[in-house]
Amino acid sequence: MGNEKVLEMKNITKTFPGVKALDRVNFTLKKGEVHALLGENGAGKSTLMKVLNGIHKRDEGEIIVKGDPVEFENTKEAQNAGLAIIHQELELIPHLNVAENIYLGREDKKGIFINYKQLYQNTADVLEMLGVDIDPRAKIKDLNIGSQQMVEIAKAVSQNADILVMDEPTSSLTNQEIDILFELIERLKEQEISIVYISHRLEEVFEICDRVTVLRDGQFVGEVKTAETDEDQLINMMVGRTIEDRFPEMKFNPGEEILRVENLAVPDKIIDASFLLHKGEVLGIAGLMGSGRTELAKAVFGVYKEKTGDIYFKGKKLEINSPADALKNGISYLSEDRKDEGLVLGLPVADNISISVLTTMLKAHTFINAAAEKELAQKYIEDLSIKTPSEMQLVKNLSGGNQQKVVISKLLSTKPEVVILDEPTRGIDVGAKREIYNLMQELVDNGVGVILISSELPEVLNLSNRILVMHEQEIMGELDAADANQEEIMQLATGRRNQ
Amino acid sequence: MNNLSSNLNKNNILEVLNKFKTGIGLLVLIIILSFLSPYFLTIPNLLNIVRQVSIIAIISFGMTMVILTGGIDLSVGSMLAFSGAITAGMIINSGLNVFLAIFIGLAAGTALGLFNGIAVAKAKLPAFIVTLAMMTIARGFTLIYTNGRPISGFDETFRFFGAGYLGRIPVPVVIMFLLLFVIYILLKKTPLGRYIYAIGGNEKATKLSGINTDKIKIAVYALNGFLAAVSGIILTSRLNSAQPMAGEGYELDAIAAVVLGGTSLSGGSGGVVGTIIGALIIAVLNNGLNLLNVSSFYQLVAKGAVILLAVFLDRKSQQQ
Repeated sequence: MGNEKVLEMKNITKTFPGVKALDRVNFTLKKGEVHALLGENGAGKSTLMKVLNGIHKRDEGEIIVKGDPVEFENTKEAQNAGLAIIHQELELIPHLNVAENIYLGREDKKGIFINYKQLYQNTADVLEMLGVDIDPRAKIKDLNIGSQQMVEIAKAVSQNADILVMDEPTSSLTNQEIDILFELIERLKEQEISIVYISHRLEEVFEICDRVTVLRDGQFVGEVKTAETDEDQLINMMVGRTIEDRFPEMKFNPGEEILRVENLAVPDKIIDASFLLHKGEVLGIAGLMGSGRTELAKAVFGVYKEKTGDIYFKGKKLEINSPADALKNGISYLSEDRKDEGLVLGLPVADNISISVLTTMLKAHTFINAAAEKELAQKYIEDLSIKTPSEMQLVKNLSGGNQQKVVISKLLSTKPEVVILDEPTRGIDVGAKREIYNLMQELVDNGVGVILISSELPEVLNLSNRILVMHEQEIMGELDAADANQEEIMQLATGRRNQ
Repeated sequence: MNNLSSNLNKNNILEVLNKFKTGIGLLVLIIILSFLSPYFLTIPNLLNIVRQVSIIAIISFGMTMVILTGGIDLSVGSMLAFSGAITAGMIINSGLNVFLAIFIGLAAGTALGLFNGIAVAKAKLPAFIVTLAMMTIARGFTLIYTNGRPISGFDETFRFFGAGYLGRIPVPVVIMFLLLFVIYILLKKTPLGRYIYAIGGNEKATKLSGINTDKIKIAVYALNGFLAAVSGIILTSRLNSAQPMAGEGYELDAIAAVVLGGTSLSGGSGGVVGTIIGALIIAVLNNGLNLLNVSSFYQLVAKGAVILLAVFLDRKSQQQ
């Protein structure tokens, strides 16, 4: 690692309607270094990178790439300057092969035809340089996520990129794939390629990063060398307060058994899951992305047709073959993806809240009771303090936190006795998070059994009384939240069994 | 403060204009045509227009519901012909009572629609493909059943539905407005209607809200088949003949009416009031151009241009 700066971002400010997403942020990247960009959800990491490659226009500040001030109008220009971003969602074409993807739009031609011989040779060269063992003729759809990511990186390198931004590259990788990725990163460093590594996994940061820049609420908190810091300091910088005030002091009052799952299995999704849930408790489910947490919840909620095993509700065996069956029996599920699975964005707040209970409030057994529907919507708008001009406002015009409250209102309208919350605080601001935590306490106080799925370990640790940890479609173990810690959870989540 | 309220008023007016833009378009068209042709704005001519529009309008209502769920149905023209032929055959060849024959014709159309619905909802096949296949299959059935020849010569009872009058109003027009009212209420006031909009807006979310989305979609396609059958029976009655090639190309007219009426092709927003106005715009345009002695070749071009222009303006207004 030299001392030459390949990228400098100075005093970057970016305002969106109503929010200052970035406030005088600084970031520098040296040649051949791996520099971590750390911060909580909404801290401004992604926005900063979007300002860098021209997707967002900055309001103020300066960007200097290899000594020249730049103003990228679009990603193409950023690419030409040697900048490449590997996104969390990979942008490859599944039905084309590796070589065709890497050289898409830049194919060697013989007359009007693609020179395939040359194409495969070039691809093989790039892959070999990176020490990646992938067949250039393999179709992308046949590769696992880890290999697809390698292809994405190879594509960037083949475009002579010397500044790579990796946005949460390990979020959907297995341990083994992560090891291969880290080896590749080491080789990229040797080629004097500089890497911006966005992650919130501290252990990875300490493993491969040279320096760390921390952002919080759109502001630059500090820049430190990894060798001169520790996890506690970084967490403090990220959170800006001690962990204790982020969460309410939860009080549990576990009562009788309300949900018992025995040997639940779904082909390709869940292997033999068994667990218990009591009234008045929060059962946390931790695990890496893709470990089967969401699938387990959905299996209980009746989303999958093909499944084996038994589900008991208050000791009575249930046949749950659809979400409708689950809701009828008092089991409700909040999806991790509110836009895709939670809301009908083009319909009003009231319609979204009432949809699950519409048929329980009919006039003349046929017509929607508009007055009752309005009353229901207004009750939840008040109870959950949903900020909306009226119950007839379209949901798409609400902020993330308020949209989430609308989905939760829909859940509560069914008067559930078991509530499964899948990433309930994803992408919402700190205030709304706190309100959702308080709501969980309220549910517990009312004897509801709550299952909490979250990628944020502190959330699982602080809000649950018991924790299940999943790894590759299996429940690896159960921990008592009171004396569990992040390391213990991570060990199980990465496949090491409880000793 | 004054400024603010006048601003608000201006916004309100714009909003109202935007909401009724299809109706305003129709009105403008009517005003222009009534200046261009003295015959246009006469009661007989207007009744003629609504009678002509009734066949397409009724299938457009079904098409509106299908499109609201995010689907499409290309088989309405063929289902219309099949139901008409079955009804005619039951009366003429089998000598059945007219009402029983109509019942069988309606059941036939509903059954074809039901099949479409099951293939789309349960077998998860794309609606475009399923109904494209049904378009050919139902047409084939019709030709097999009729041996490729028209079935004609009905009594007064059957002729009433297509050619009769209630006072001065043609019966098909009465049926059309009745169905418009029923489907409007269904879409706006019943859970089924709400679910139709919800499925078009976000099917996954609707399913996870505990709604049996498959059942709703099947019902919508079946209802669409039923409405195609109603149209087929009216057409057969009006022409006094069931033509094996009846209703060819009607699916495109119906889709055009739905789109002109402001229903989004991706589903989730729109409604039947817009659709009837859309169907009327096409009918008024055809009628006006006829009165002005414009050749039917040019009429085709004009119709296409109007559809393109309307959808373009709709997009523009939505972006703002």
